[in-house]
Formats: sequence, structure tokens, C-alpha cells
Amino acid sequence: MEFWFSELHTGNVKLSVRIEKQLFSGESEYQRIDVFDSEEFGRFVSLDGEIVFSEKDEFIYDEMVTHVPMAVHPCVKNVLIIGGGDGGVAKELLQYPTVETIDVVETDEMFVDVCRRFFPDVACALEDPRVKVYYDDGLRFLRNKKGRYDLIINDSTDPFGHTEGLFTREFYGSCYNALKEDGIMVYQHGSPFYDEDEAACRSMHRKAYRSFPISRVYQAHIPTCPSGYWLFGFASKKYHPIRDFKPKEWNARNLETWYYTTHLHMGAFMLPKYVEDLLEEEENKR
Amino acid sequence: MDRERQKRAPIYEALKAFEKKRVVPFDVPGHKRGRGNPELVQLLGEKCVSLDVNSMKPLDNLCHPVSVIKEAEELAAEAFGAAGAYLMVGGTTSAVQTMVLSVCRAGDKIILPRNVHKSVMNAMVLCGAVPVYVNPEVNQKLGISLGMEVEKVRQAIEDNPDAVAVFVNNPTYYGICSDIKTIVELAHARGMKVLADEAHGTHLYFGKNLPMHAMEAGADLAAVSMHKSGGSLTQSSLLLLNKGVNADYVRQIINLTQTTSASYLLLSSLDISRRNLALRGEESFKKVVEMAEYARGEINSIGGYYAYGKELVNGNSVFDYDVTKLSVYTRDIGLAGIEVYDLLRDEYDIQIEFGDISNILAYISIGDRIQDIERLVGALADIERLYKKDSTGLLSGEYISPKVVTSPQKAFYSDKVSVPVEKSAGKVCAEFVMCYPPGIPILAPGEMITDDIVQYIIYAKEKGCSMQGTEDPAVDRLQVLACPPGDIP
Repeated sequence: MEFWFSELHTGNVKLSVRIEKQLFSGESEYQRIDVFDSEEFGRFVSLDGEIVFSEKDEFIYDEMVTHVPMAVHPCVKNVLIIGGGDGGVAKELLQYPTVETIDVVETDEMFVDVCRRFFPDVACALEDPRVKVYYDDGLRFLRNKKGRYDLIINDSTDPFGHTEGLFTREFYGSCYNALKEDGIMVYQHGSPFYDEDEAACRSMHRKAYRSFPISRVYQAHIPTCPSGYWLFGFASKKYHPIRDFKPKEWNARNLETWYYTTHLHMGAFMLPKYVEDLLEEEENKR
Repeated sequence: MDRERQKRAPIYEALKAFEKKRVVPFDVPGHKRGRGNPELVQLLGEKCVSLDVNSMKPLDNLCHPVSVIKEAEELAAEAFGAAGAYLMVGGTTSAVQTMVLSVCRAGDKIILPRNVHKSVMNAMVLCGAVPVYVNPEVNQKLGISLGMEVEKVRQAIEDNPDAVAVFVNNPTYYGICSDIKTIVELAHARGMKVLADEAHGTHLYFGKNLPMHAMEAGADLAAVSMHKSGGSLTQSSLLLLNKGVNADYVRQIINLTQTTSASYLLLSSLDISRRNLALRGEESFKKVVEMAEYARGEINSIGGYYAYGKELVNGNSVFDYDVTKLSVYTRDIGLAGIEVYDLLRDEYDIQIEFGDISNILAYISIGDRIQDIERLVGALADIERLYKKDSTGLLSGEYISPKVVTSPQKAFYSDKVSVPVEKSAGKVCAEFVMCYPPGIPILAPGEMITDDIVQYIIYAKEKGCSMQGTEDPAVDRLQVLACPPGDIP
């Protein structure tokens, strides 16, 4: 028997993964959630038919959204993770002793339950006393927060589904408001390669660039993403990701990583020409 | 209302049956189920173009319905609690015009509030009716016209016993309702008909705890925008009739101006939407009310904005308020409504219904989701944070009492000259000037132009309102009557 999971990356390109077994399928108020076991990517979750993380490559984005800002900001105490219902980002953050509180805001309670059930090694981070999970709409949660966080990580990946509101100018504005004066926001910036993704990517940069004094983009290789190439946004009120980068301090922490290094930190901000060009075009608009 | 019967959708069913027959078309439309226009098929989809067919025996004919369209109209009448209903394909504009043309002849007086949609005045240009305006009270802070006060309507009826009809907005664009039941009683006691513009009131017929609808109040005719809160396709609408109206004469009036090639896309959308409203309307509008009330609470907690609701009700000029409407007063953050409207679209990718001088209106409907409401509220909060200004010097959208010099028809068809807007005060206007939306004329043909009006037009243009109605597309010049006001016969 051949059992394949296929995800359309564009109307004309798809990624197919051979499946050993489907472990779960459910329809929440917001989306369809499926869990599979596969030979190549291990266990993975898909939301509305799109892979959101797999055991095999999850470490890449968890590390990239955590260590990059943590190696720039001198002392992060209060963190907000939006859409971090799987607990992966919280788990990375918990390695830092300076971190006092981590608020995780997830709209979909069923998603968190599924992660707790099928990915207990990662989701266990949500049980840590420093972590508090809120089931709420991200925009709504942020609306009345002012100057509260050192770091906000938007872990939502899909600018078209029910998390659409987390890729809007009002969202970046609310984040700006909720951050302290030297706060940093890191977000999933999508893939710049295929046409339809490029448009979303451009629009994200345009909005963040207008909402924050510092707004840079960095990259990583994530095999299950469209084209395997993924970007992250670094938006900040004060610290520049390269100029204020503190490699010595970070290395002194002796954290164990599989993707992130302080050399890679520098390299991640060195973007291909076509990406630099499209970002610059958006910066010069208006 | 018979729920079992309301489950039927005769036009929809006839179209389905017709599709299965695979009839070879040697009639119009010439695109022949899309084969002659592949690009159109790509845009609209095969299903859609294959339903774009001509009137024929199995599908009935809107100009003279005898079978499925007739049944659909009867079902609509039943669903809306009316004695009769007509499916309309020329927008609610055509329904409003039919109402006026059905009761007024040249020289007949019609009593109406000045804040009516332009379609009412267009109808007066066509038939030669003469407007008797009841000046609505204005909420000075919000700068919006309210409903008609019963006392003023009584006075107008007494002063004009020869008037043939009273026209009521139920509700206004902003959700304000007049005491339509008492107005009907006053008018009927003098033998006058009551016409209700319910372009913004489809949901009143199905939702619970909403203002009274025109048929219940006993109005004679009502124009209902199914395509607004009812969910049908743009340009489709309903005209409702109460007992005692000559339905066949109304059909004749409709046929004076209606197309003889009515679109089955529009007709079937009316049929399906009526069914949906009859079966699920109550539940849907409950959700709409909840969303609107939630949004109101959240917007009011941002500070600076005022999203108004039931508290406006004063038993008279605001007899009732339609809580499905989400109107927000923006002047206290130093921005005109139209400026917030533009910011929402340009900076936040949010399109709302309209912005005027002091308010914005977001249309909440059965198609909305709570996460979209969060976006709207989030965007308004962000605008308040980033764009808030000192609010002094902002003009309020004050009501300017019109001075009717001659009938709209006479003015429209008189000899005219074109003058620059800023030099037009003291002349009689021969055309319409309005911001669209909401499409309520600032000037109508036959009205005196004053300094206040000139100032208002210039200000609204400056703030970016989309102005129209004039022959000059830039609205720099106005057509005015060639002969001076004193010499008009």
C-alpha cells in the first residue's frame, strides 16, 4: 500500500510525504487538524492540509525565532508567544534563566490538546510554572497591553487562514504598543520564492517596516516549507540585530543547539539579491 | 409563515431542472453558456455562465410572471408578511422609484424627510411630483439627521391635505428609525399612502427584538434591499406591497423602466436568499447583533471613538435604533470619518461601507466572522494611536434646511447655465450634488444654493469625499437655472 500526504505549495507544485499511519483527524471551530507518522519527517501536524511542524525540522524554526532575538536583547524577562500552542518555542526560551514569564496565546484549544497528546516531549514546556497559556484571539489579547513585553514572537505561519489578523498592520501596531521601549518582535515572514508567497512576504515587510524603527529580515532552510526556503522578521524599537548582537555573551551561556550558532546569526541576515531587492522595493514605496 | 413551503425555491429548482435537459441554445445570451467567451468563463466559472440564460417558458418571465417567478414572489410575500412582493433586478433604486411613480402623478405633493436616497428625488424628476420636506432633527454632536418626528409629520399633513403620500426611511443608513406605525395611522386617516425605504432594513423582517418593519406597521409599499443584509447578489432587490394596493398597476409601473432581459443570476439569488432568511434568518441576525454589540463595546473601550447604539433612542426623533448597524463617531480623535475610511482601506486593507464628515459606518452581516471584527477593532485602535490629531477646526456635518424654489422636474428640464461652485450662492440648483455613499443629496434640482452649502461642498471635497451627481465630473462647476429665482414660474 502506498499512502501519501500531499500539500500544494502552489497551484502547480506539491510536496508529497509517504505516510505510515494517520494518528488523528479532527475539525475544530477554526481549522482541520491532522497528525501523521512518516518515515522521512517523523511525526507531523497539518492544519487545513498544510504542514505546520514535523519532528524532523521543527528545531530549525524554534531555534531561529528564539536565539536570534535572545542574542541581541541584553535581558529578556517577559515574553509573549502568539500561536505557540505546540510549546516548541516556549521550550527553547525556558533554557534562559533571565526569562520570568512566558505568555502563550493560542486561538484553538483543540490544537493545544492535540500537541499535548501527540507531542508530549515538546508540549511539556507548556506545563512549566513560568508559562501561561491563554485561549484567545491574538489581536484581542494584545489590544489593551501596553509596554509589557521584552520580546514578542509571532509563531503563526499562515497569512491566509484564521490567523490572517496576525499579519496585518493593526497587529504590528498592537505589538509595538505591547512592547517595552527596547522590545523586539520576531515573526514568521513566509517564503519569498513562489509568486503568491512573494506577495504576502512583501506586504508583511511593508507593514512591519512602517510600524517599527528597525525592521530586518533573516532566513533559514526549512524542508517542509514551500520551496524549502523561509524568512523571519526582526522588528525592534531599539536594538539592531547585527550592531547590537552579543555573540560572546550568548556563547557564554553554553546552550545546546542544532541549527543556530553565532556565525549563522550573521549569515542569516545576508540575503540573496532578489530578496534584498524585493524588500527594498517595499521600503521605498509610498 | 409555512416553514415547509418556505423550503422551496422555485426559480432555483427550475434552473436546476433546465440545466439537466442540456438544451441547445439558439437564443440569447450570445455567449451560449460561456462557450463564446472563454475569458468570462475563467473569471466567473462555468456554473455561473451556464445559469445566465434567457426568459423562456420553463423559467417564466419577470415582465409577466405566470409560473416559477410568480411562485417565488408569492413565497417572498409570505416570508416578509406582505400581501404581495415583486422581485426587482434594477437595484433598490428601481424599487424606490416604482413606489414613488406608483402613487404620484405630475404636480402631486409627497411628504418626505430631506435625508432620502437620491433615487427618491430621481423619481420626482421623472414624474413631476413636488417634495414637501419634513426637516429632521439633527444630532448636533454626531452631525447626522435623525428620524421624522411625529408632530412635524402631523403638521406637514395638516398644512398639505392634498399630499398623496408620506415617505419614511426605515431605518436610515445610520440605523435611526422613526415611529413608522403612528406615521402610517396619521397618513391613512387622511387617505395618504405610506412608502418605506427599507434599503437598510431587510433583517427587520427576520431578526428578533429589532425595530418594527414597514409591513407590520401597515405601510403600503416598501423597498427592501435583499442584497444588503439579505445576502443576495448586488443589484437584486424586493418591492413589498400591503393589502389595498393595486398590484397590477404597480406591475405596470415596474415595466415602464425595467429591463426585459432580467438576469437569472439575480433572480435565483433572490429566491435562495429568501429561503435562507425564512429558514435561518432569526438565528443569523442574532449572531449579527451579537457581533455588532461586541464591536461597539470594544471600540468604545479604545477611547476617542463613539460607537453609538440604543442609548440614542429618545422616543421621538430616534424612535428606535437598529443595533445591527455599526456607526462610529470619529471627530474626537481629530479625524473626519472619511479620513478614517481612507486610512482603513489604504493602510489596513479594510474596506468599510462609508465615511462621512463625522462618522464611519461598518456593515456587519451574516457573512462576517469574529476574527474580522477583531481586525477592524485592532485597526481603529492603531489609527487612534498613530493618527490622532487635535479636533478643533473640523467641520461638523450639519443639516442644512433646503429651500425648495421649484419642483425637481421643472428645475432639471429648465434652461441652465454653468457656474463655478464658489460663485453659485443665491442661484437655484438644476442638478444633484451628493457624497456617495451615502448618496443623500446635498443639493437637489430646484433648491436654493446658499453660502453654507457652498462651504460644505468645498470642505467635503477637500476631505476626500467622493462627490457626484453633477454634469461636471470634477464638481468644480454647478448647473443652475438660467432665470433668476424671482422669475421662476
